[in-house]
Formats: sequence, structure tokens, C-alpha cells
Amino acid sequence: MSLPFLLEIGTEEIPDWMIPGALDDLRRLFAELLEKSGLPTGELRVDGTPRRLVLRADDLPRRQADAEEKVLGPAKNVSAKAVEGFARKLGVSPDRLRLEATPKGEYYAFDRRIEGRATREILADALPGIILKIYFPKTMYWTAKNGPRFIRPIRWIVALLGDEVVPFAIAGVAAGRVTCGHRRLGASQIPVTIGDYEQRLRENFVILSANERRRKIEDGIGRLRVNLRPDPALIETLVYLTEFPTPILGEFDPQFLELPEEVLVTVMRHHQRYFSVSTESGGLAPGFVAVMNIDGDPEGLVRRGHERVLRARFNDARFFWETDQRKKLAERVSDLASVTFQAKLGSYLDKTRRVVQLVEELGGDEAALRAAELAKCDLTTELVKEFTELQGVVGGLYARAQGEPETVWQAIYDHYKPVSMEDDLPRNGAGRLVSVADKLDTLRGCFRVDLIPTGSRDPFALRRAAQGVVRILVEGRLHLPLRLLLDGDTRLEDFVLDRIRYYFKDVRGFRYDEVNAVLASGWNDLVDVESRLLAIQAVRPTENFEPLAASFKRIQNILRQARFSGGGTISSDLLEPGPETELYGEFERVRKAAASQNYRPALEAIATIRPTVDRFFDKVLVNTPDERIRQNRLTLLHTLLAEFSTIADFSEIVTNS
Amino acid sequence: MDSFQDLILKLKRYWADRGCIIQEPYDVEVGAGTMCPETFLRVLGPKPYRVAYVQPSRRPADGRYGENPNRLFKHSQLQVILKPAPENVIEQYLASLEAIGLDLRKHDIKFEEDNWEAPTLGAWGMGWQVMLDGLEITQFTYFQQCGDIDLDVVPAELTYGLERLAAFLQMKDSVYDIVWTQDATYGDVRFEDELQYSVYNFELADVGTLWKLFELHETEAARLLSLYSKACDKKRFPLLAAYDQVLKCSNLFNTLDSRGALSVTERVGVIQRVRKLAVGVAGAWVNHQQAEAAQ
Repeated sequence: MSLPFLLEIGTEEIPDWMIPGALDDLRRLFAELLEKSGLPTGELRVDGTPRRLVLRADDLPRRQADAEEKVLGPAKNVSAKAVEGFARKLGVSPDRLRLEATPKGEYYAFDRRIEGRATREILADALPGIILKIYFPKTMYWTAKNGPRFIRPIRWIVALLGDEVVPFAIAGVAAGRVTCGHRRLGASQIPVTIGDYEQRLRENFVILSANERRRKIEDGIGRLRVNLRPDPALIETLVYLTEFPTPILGEFDPQFLELPEEVLVTVMRHHQRYFSVSTESGGLAPGFVAVMNIDGDPEGLVRRGHERVLRARFNDARFFWETDQRKKLAERVSDLASVTFQAKLGSYLDKTRRVVQLVEELGGDEAALRAAELAKCDLTTELVKEFTELQGVVGGLYARAQGEPETVWQAIYDHYKPVSMEDDLPRNGAGRLVSVADKLDTLRGCFRVDLIPTGSRDPFALRRAAQGVVRILVEGRLHLPLRLLLDGDTRLEDFVLDRIRYYFKDVRGFRYDEVNAVLASGWNDLVDVESRLLAIQAVRPTENFEPLAASFKRIQNILRQARFSGGGTISSDLLEPGPETELYGEFERVRKAAASQNYRPALEAIATIRPTVDRFFDKVLVNTPDERIRQNRLTLLHTLLAEFSTIADFSEIVTNS
Repeated sequence: MDSFQDLILKLKRYWADRGCIIQEPYDVEVGAGTMCPETFLRVLGPKPYRVAYVQPSRRPADGRYGENPNRLFKHSQLQVILKPAPENVIEQYLASLEAIGLDLRKHDIKFEEDNWEAPTLGAWGMGWQVMLDGLEITQFTYFQQCGDIDLDVVPAELTYGLERLAAFLQMKDSVYDIVWTQDATYGDVRFEDELQYSVYNFELADVGTLWKLFELHETEAARLLSLYSKACDKKRFPLLAAYDQVLKCSNLFNTLDSRGALSVTERVGVIQRVRKLAVGVAGAWVNHQQAEAAQ
């Protein structure tokens, strides 16, 4: 006989972006409890709105299964008194004990029956702990210092197993059977059963299912018949910011369309959480879609409110735009002295000087240098102070308005790119160079003053910066000496190497051993790394490649065991005729091809020596008693390995043999 | 339609009916209602307290010579402190909006995450910005720390942006058009402040003098704090006067900042100096309360 279970944690508004993670965590913690308690884990469903985290299970047994536990007592040969003592401790008469044969002889034993606990009792004990263990990035207390911590205050709890309340309390809130509806449209005290819970919520303007809220938003937008600019991330935000979402359409004065589209869209999206709307031709239309947390707006009050707020925001933006034009970007460079980059790394003026110098070192042209000089100036503008997410973009737009050449303004506009794996690279060479220099400067500076990311903490987004550098170098085909640019800081080298590995392995799909093999032969030039990887990938399936890689590993082992570090030259007169001379011949034949920058034929050429290498190992003993011959052989192997490992360290290739 | 002052009177009435002491604005320049001793000091320690007041809040860098319809050097906050926060604090807050004439069934209210933090005060809390039809009208914070001290009792702080709220209710696109009384607009009452202080803060404030004043007030605050640690009779010690000196420093720092007079390193340093004093006063205040409670 099994019972359904419902848990609803009623809270004040939880930040939208934390809700899905909290629900996953709740499900995981609950499943762990069931497993630990020996209760079957059926399907667990979780749902959430800003004001409730809900977990439901269909079939929980009424109680745990009974269990038996063997209690081992004294050995068979002890006094009757000791046996009685053992029985007394268990609360049974001595004749109910049995004897058990163990490797150490016979012992008294008793099979104690452990009655399974009621599920309701288990839940009542465990739920407070589980609820307070749900992970949130930041928590608060609300009753008193040292009181329970949660993301926001817990105001009610529904906990029902079948028809019965699971009795527990957190922070003075006792679990019960009364939930709460929508803040303004619903009742605040709603008795529920597990059967009618979701329906009762719906009657009180709470749509429990996130999928259903998402559908309601999408259907509502569909009914508005506008050309909406898709924005899945904004939909997710609104799904978890509402309990009863209803989209409405608003308009703004077309004269605001004089402002750059980037500015208008940012105001709508980031500040007001509105969707933008396109005209037939794809331009920005003077309209927006807002999603309310109520059922409708028959009088148009909400629409007018949103329109007025947006008008004020746009007026602000226009005011900032016009004010900013009074002082050109070029006149703002010195003002960067009063904008902090990082306390220990100085101002943005300091940073600008470093970046300009780096761009110069990297061979940047006049346009790149100009862009580097102006890139950060928009940080002193009103518009960027107000809309920080538009840094770079605003600088580019101002540079354009102030007559900077296209290459320059585009480079400024793009120099924060790429901000993600999916984002485009800066569209021109100057932008790529400035972006790389800016990011390298941040990486070098932060590592120098020990601002190094740990675990999930990366406040300066250094991973993203390093990833951006890697992508621009590879995809922008920039042959820059990356490793030399890392200041010889080994921690920074490891950090960047991690990003390089991640990029080639996880983003580009190269096999991990190929990536390791290629990186082991150097990674100063990432364009070159990519060419070598492509060559390895192409040659790997050919018949000689993997066996040769296995032979190279063998050579490496032999050299290691002999503690041989090379240095000598090969004396051809010490070579034994037969396989050894043949190997030397093959080496001489191939070495020129192997040194070619055309990696694929080079690898193919190297692979052809496989039969000779195999024969060598078959017939020739490296560790021969004659020391001179031995040294000469080691030198031969060492030279061969060294000259043929410039594309990749083949010993890193994982082979079956 | 309610005038600006009717709106204020109604909100004060509302919170007075819920047991708040109605205070008048604090008479030292502050950047926010939180900085007044009625909040900063009263939230410390275990004693319950409820207070509401309108606080003119100076932000020198936000001045716009009276030209921007939404930006002000000095705006008015209605600051409400409910210590401890009642369980139905959000319901009480929403009812205050009903009390000024909003039918909440017809408006879109959202509570969006916004965790308040004031580095110069060593203070932070968790809460929301309350959005009314897309307009931020209130900052709602559960205080957690003040002067680097974990609070014994968690207060709710409600900070209403009065100009925004009034402009919304009166459907004005510019704060200067807000009806203050039937005969006077907000512009009539406040335009000169905005213009003159913008000129002073951005153009005429003498940096050397501001620095001198900063140092004088800083020295005085530090002097008092060091006296406090030695004082035998702590009960009558003027910690409130020491705190005024900290507020002076904070306002001078903001003015120096708006004047563009602070280099990066200086800025970080000055924030630290003000914070140190604020934390010192908070610590002494708690100690002072404990001494009182022990008697």
C-alpha cells in the first residue's frame, strides 16, 4: 500500500535564475534520503514558481520494510551467567538464542527483528535538514542571528503524505495543509489535498508548471500578432519571475528610433525585460512586449505604465547620448585616470597604455593603435555608466559619430568579443588584435597580483578572457607567439593551456590524446597547433601510424631507462650492418620530409619507417655490452625521436598494442 | 490626484498606524536614508524599533543642472525600518501602496532580486527592487550586516523613491512637473537646488578645501573613537556626535568624487578610511548598548 507525497516550501520571491537549480538540488537530496532509508525511489517531480519550491512523489510506502539484524554474543564455552547477561541485554530469554559457527568457533547469536519506521516519521525527521541543505549561491537569515538560512524567508510549508500532514517546523513555520495563492489575485489561505493541489493553485492564479507558464507566454505573444525578436533567455527569466504570466503589447514614440538600436534593445531587454519587435523589413519597430504577473490589463493601465517608464528610460538614454557628444572620445583618454581597473593594477589609463604598447609589440597598424587608445574611453561616458553592458559598443558608436575610420570604430565596438563560445570574433584585424591585447593584459595583470580563479570563483572572468584569446588566435589565424606573451608565469601558462585543451578537445572535437601529443611538441603558435592536429587526425587511421606511435613510446622508455639525454652525434662506422644501418638509412631518407611545415605529408613520410623500426627492435639489442656501440645506438634512437617529434609527441598517443 | 505632499502624508500616516515613530529628516547631509543614525545605529543590537522618515538624499554625481527629467542631485526617500521584520512585511508593504491609491489587482508588481550593499558602511542585505508596471519604486532589504557586525535581529528596510512614485501616480514624464501642492510644482520648489548644487559640485567646489574639511572631520571622528575606548563613563559618551563626523566625511568624499578629484588609488583609500570610522562607531555603539543593558 503506497501513498502520494507533496512538499511545498512557500517563500518570499526567490531570484528567478536560482529556481531551476534549487529544484534539481531538492530532488537529489530527497532521492538520497529515500535511498538511504531503503525506500523505493519512484518518480519524483519538482516544480517551482518565485514563491514555492514543490516536490511530489507518487508512491511512497507507508513504512520501511522490517529488517533482521544478527547480534553476535559470547563464545559457546562461557559461563551460563554470561549467556544470561547477553540475553538480558537483548531483552529476550536465553532459550531464544542460537549458536552460530564462525571461523573462531561457535558463538551465541540472536536475530533481532528491526521494525521498519513509518515513512511519515522518517520524512518529519529529515525534511527540515533537506530543505535547509538546498544549495543557493547566497543565503540570508531572517529570524535572528544563528537562525536558519535560506535564499529568502520561508513563510509556509505544505507537507502531506496521503491525507496526513508530515509534522515538522522550520524557523517557527509548521508544515500543514494550507497553501497560498497569487499575491494579488488569489486567496492567501487555501486548504489543499494532494489530489486538488495543482487545481486549487490554478483557481488562485498560480500556474505551478514552468512548462505551462512558458506556453502561456508563448501563446500570449502569438496572439499579439507581432514580429517578435526571439529571446529564449528572457523567456526563462519571465517564466520564473511570474506565477501567472500574461504578455501585453506596448508602443513607443518612433522618434526614439533615431537612437542606435543597440541602446534601445539594451534598455528594453536588460532594464525592462521587454521583448523587442521587428518591422517587416527586419528593422526595429517602435513597440515592445512586456510580460505581466497578472491575468489581464483591460483598462490599459499597465500598458500605459510600462510605456511611460520606457519613455523615461529612452529620454534618459537620449539625454546621455547628447551630453556625451559634447566631449569626444579622444578627449576622454586622460579622464581614464579616475576609472579603476583593479585596485592593484591601477586605472584604465594605466591599462590603456599597456594595451597600446602590447598592440604595438604585436605589430598592430595605425588603426589598431588608434582603437587601442580609444577603446576604454566610453567608460567615462554617461551612457556606459548607465548601461554598463554596452561598453565597447557605445565607444564604437561614438567613434563612428565622431568620424573615426570604419576600421577603428568597428575595432572599438568589437573589442570585448567574443564573450562566449557562440559569439562572433571581432569583425576586423584591428579589433582582433586589440581584443587579444586587452585580454592578455588582464590575464597577465591578474595573475601577477594573485587574482587567480579558484573553482567556480572567477570574478574577473579570466577563463572567458583566455578562451577568447584562444579562439581569436586560432579562428582569426593570428600567428602570435602566445606562450612568449605569458610573461613566463607558469601558473598562467597552465591556466591558458587548460583553455587551449578545452577548446580543441571539447569545442573542436579532437581526441584528447591527439591534443596532448600535439601540445607536448609546443603551443606557442596556436594556428600551427591546429594544423598539426588536423594532420594527426588525418594520418592516424593509416595502418602504420599507431604501431609507429607504440614504437616511439618504446624508444622513449629505453632512453629513460638508460638515463640517456642525447647530445652526441651518430658515428656511421659504429652501426651494425643490417637492421641498424637500414634504420639509419631510413632516418636519413625521411628526415628532410619530416621537417616540412606541410605536416600531413611529413607525418605520412615518418609513418613509412615503421617496418624498419620494427625490424630494428626485432633483431638488434640496444643494451649491448660494448659501451661505444650502445652509446651510438642510443644516440641514433634519441636523434630519431627528437627530429620526428616536432609535430607531435607520439608517445602521448594511446594505442591498443 | 494626490499631490506630492499628500502622498508623503498618507505614507507617514500609514506607517504611523503600524507603530512606527515618525521622524523628521536627519540634519546632516547623507547619500541615503540608510545612513541616518535612525537606521545605521538603530538596526544594531537586539532592541526592537520601528521608524519612518523622509530623507533628502544627496548624490553629488547624479546632479544634472535640473536638465534631466529623471535625475536628481537630491531626491527624497521615504525610509521605513521595521525591526524585527514582521512575518507579513510584504503584505504590509503592498497595503501601503493600496493606501496611496493603487489598485494592485490592476497593476503589474514584481519583486526582482537586488541585494543592497554599502561598502563605506560595511553594510549589506538581501532583498528586491519592487517593480510597478516596470518602474522601480522601492528597495526592499532584509539587513544582514551593518558596520561589519552581524545583526542580532533582522530588520526590513523599505526605501520608497518618492519622486518616482509621485511621477507615476500623477502620470508626469518629468519630476519637475510633479504637483507638490495645488499651487506649486516640484520644479518651483526644487529647481534652484538642482542647478546650484550641480554648478557647485561639478565646477566650483574647491578641491583643496574639501580635502581639508575631510581631514578635519576624519580626525575629529577618530579622536572621539579613541576617547571612547578609554572612557570610564561610556553611558554619556557622544557616539552620535562621532557618527555625524563620519557622515560629513562620506558626503565630502562624494563631492570630491563628483568633482573628479580622486585618482583610483585615492578613491579606494578614502572608501577604506570612511568605512573604518563607520565600523568603529558601529562597534562602539553595540558595546555601549551592552553596557547599558548590563546596568
